[in-house]
Amino acid sequence: MKQSQLKLFFPFLLFLFIFIIFLTLEEKILKGEYDPSIIPSALIGETVPEFILTDLINENIILTNNEMPKKPYIINVWATWCISCRIEHDYLLKLKEQNVTIIGLNYKDDRVKSLSWLERLGNPYFFNLYDVDGIFGMNIGVYGAPENFFVDENAIIRYRHIGILNDEVWKNKIIPLGLDW
Amino acid sequence: MIPEIGHISLIFALVISFLLALFPIIGSYQNNSTYMKFTDVLVPIQSLCILISFLFLVYAFLTDDFTFVLVSNNSNTALPFYYKISATWGNHEGSLLLWILILSVWTFLVNLKTKNIPIKTRSNVLSILGFIAFGFILFILFTSNPFERQIFFPPLNGSDLNPLLQDIGLILHPPILYIGYVGFAVAFSFAISALIEGRIDSNWAKWTKNWTNTAWAFLTLGIALGSWWAYYELGWGGWWFWDPVENASLMPWLAGTALIHSLSVTEKKESFKSWTILLALMTFSLSLLGTFLVRSGILVSVHAFASDPERGLFILIFLSIVAGGSMLLYGIRANKLMKTGNTFSLFSRESLLLSNNIVLLTALVVVLLGTLFPLVSVAFGWGSYSVGPPYFNFMFVPLSVIMIFLMGFAPFFPWEKTNNLKKYVPKFLRYIILSIFLSLFTVLTMDDLFDKSFNFLSFFIVSSCFWLLVINLNQFLTFKKKFNLKSIPIKFISMLIAHLGIAVLALGISLTSFYSVHKDVRMSVGDKIILTSNIFMLESIELTQGPNFISKVAKINVSKKITDKFIDNIYPEKRFYSASQQIMTEAGISKNIFRDLYISLGEELEANTWSVSIHIKPFVRLIWLGAILMAIGSMLFIFIKHKKYS
Repeated sequence: MKQSQLKLFFPFLLFLFIFIIFLTLEEKILKGEYDPSIIPSALIGETVPEFILTDLINENIILTNNEMPKKPYIINVWATWCISCRIEHDYLLKLKEQNVTIIGLNYKDDRVKSLSWLERLGNPYFFNLYDVDGIFGMNIGVYGAPENFFVDENAIIRYRHIGILNDEVWKNKIIPLGLDW
Repeated sequence: MIPEIGHISLIFALVISFLLALFPIIGSYQNNSTYMKFTDVLVPIQSLCILISFLFLVYAFLTDDFTFVLVSNNSNTALPFYYKISATWGNHEGSLLLWILILSVWTFLVNLKTKNIPIKTRSNVLSILGFIAFGFILFILFTSNPFERQIFFPPLNGSDLNPLLQDIGLILHPPILYIGYVGFAVAFSFAISALIEGRIDSNWAKWTKNWTNTAWAFLTLGIALGSWWAYYELGWGGWWFWDPVENASLMPWLAGTALIHSLSVTEKKESFKSWTILLALMTFSLSLLGTFLVRSGILVSVHAFASDPERGLFILIFLSIVAGGSMLLYGIRANKLMKTGNTFSLFSRESLLLSNNIVLLTALVVVLLGTLFPLVSVAFGWGSYSVGPPYFNFMFVPLSVIMIFLMGFAPFFPWEKTNNLKKYVPKFLRYIILSIFLSLFTVLTMDDLFDKSFNFLSFFIVSSCFWLLVINLNQFLTFKKKFNLKSIPIKFISMLIAHLGIAVLALGISLTSFYSVHKDVRMSVGDKIILTSNIFMLESIELTQGPNFISKVAKINVSKKITDKFIDNIYPEKRFYSASQQIMTEAGISKNIFRDLYISLGEELEANTWSVSIHIKPFVRLIWLGAILMAIGSMLFIFIKHKKYS
């Protein structure tokens, strides 16, 4: 093949290169290694996004940012369909005993099921936001349940932990934040 | 079960498009004219089927048929009827159906308007369009079926259309953008046909040109509409964010612009042939890439509303067949089209058009790198990076200045070479002096108004905008002298209008970038804020009820600082959409050609006390005016019947 002809394949090679990038990405997305909707730490250092939601237990209570505690608190994303949340639950009850304020974000769940869950297992929450459409969850960038956002007294998100919260995480990641729980 | 007809009709369209993709091109290969004439039957049926399918979906939305998953997820009984219609394409599935509807309309028009071109070319082109339709309908039916039902427990009300999309800008934006994107499929098909036939000439360029121009005009309008929407709806006062989705529409635009110019060389001089073909392939491939980026969810964006990685995989495969296949075909066949074109001198129209292509392609590479680099780094595990506006601005400003300077010569240089170049020197000097003078006047006035000190860079950039503006305007003024009006040189006027549009756009971008001011303040009812020469007073905040939202509307009175003369009342809003529980900011804008006063409400800090964001944006309207001029220029051939350019 003449050299001038080889040159004509350059666009194809360029295309192949781009194609490989996309294929790698698609694979990472499907495997769950990369989620483009999560910009790493995008909300860390930002205030909690605005919301208007109802309370899980009493649907006539409207909860907004103004109802959030004026001291550090955890936003715990949970749902009855989430098996890991069941494991995490006992630790949350322990945190409650230590006077840690936990706000539940009941994520894409059923009200009745959730209430019986709390009755059965105990309620570690200060109150629960009922986010049935997951809209607040989307705004705060929920990856999945369980997930915890650690918010300081000025309503600024300081840390996000994806997965089960336990003693190890608490000691290694949360205590160093130096928040006055 | 009436809506099922829409579903069945789409399946029927799939079969038809498969036949269309197959028979005419086989006919052209075997010289079988019966097969080739199939297009006259298949194309109208295909278009009709898709149209029926689309109309039934619109009907489902209009009648609040919540047995459709799509309708119940994206519409609501309280939605006004025009938003119910636009909700049809305000979501992934419906927007793809719109995409395919637009493709079928283009295909229909191509079938209708190409009766005078060689039947082989025509059959190839229509078959390729049929293939594209086939791929897309397959995609819709298998991964994104808009006709999916939930017969047993349909909800009573439906959730809501995303409030961001409940807006006139978003009713129009997707269709117009898609007409542009999809329109490049025609140029693409012509290019593939040329590669198959191994032949391309001036006629080929002539057939391809108008399709390309029309698609380009719509793409320009579509992008402008998107930017206009983002400007008043997102409440940030920005009109371009270098957001991946915006870049995805800018890339085919840049390639398409290069294509239009390259086509004119191919038409007049039969050179730049393989280059023109490559641009045609690239433009449509980039349009598909745009669709892929928006739809796959690979990128995060303020504009993308529906995305799903599994669908992304399908589009990726389709993209690789269309783009990869065509690039491979190009590599194999393009040498047949290579021909040493006529030689031309440095001061000729060819070299201007060549430099146009070089600048545009450089810009394209800049955008492509900026958009893809963050993805490359994730793909290869280098961590997440984001290339922000600083990179794009840094690269685009010099490129634009170079391009605008070169565009100034466009009306003067003839093909091949320019005789007695010296004659032009005093002319150009006059334009340069005039534009410097105008720019100095503008910059000094603006510096004074906005209390800024003289900045040489702004002055230089504004001068370059005026250079292009003055040259193009002057051409119009001297028009009568040069031509008799009976033989209107339509291509020349088209160029002047489009280039004038670029000048207006560039001037708008420069002035609004250099002189916009912005202040975030805390305002209680009765408070006054002074910004430049305007006083903004918060008169009241009232609660109002919209069709599907409640709204707090502020009334802000604007007056002149010294004379106290009333200017305007501005009504920014904060809306709460009850069905979807979402809060939306509606900016209030007082607009005229010279400046926009732009106010958006932040948060309610206490009762009747709000954080308020006030922007003054001089000449921001010129940006969209420029885009409209460009589109008009490009589509002028539709409005004025062809007349020979003597």
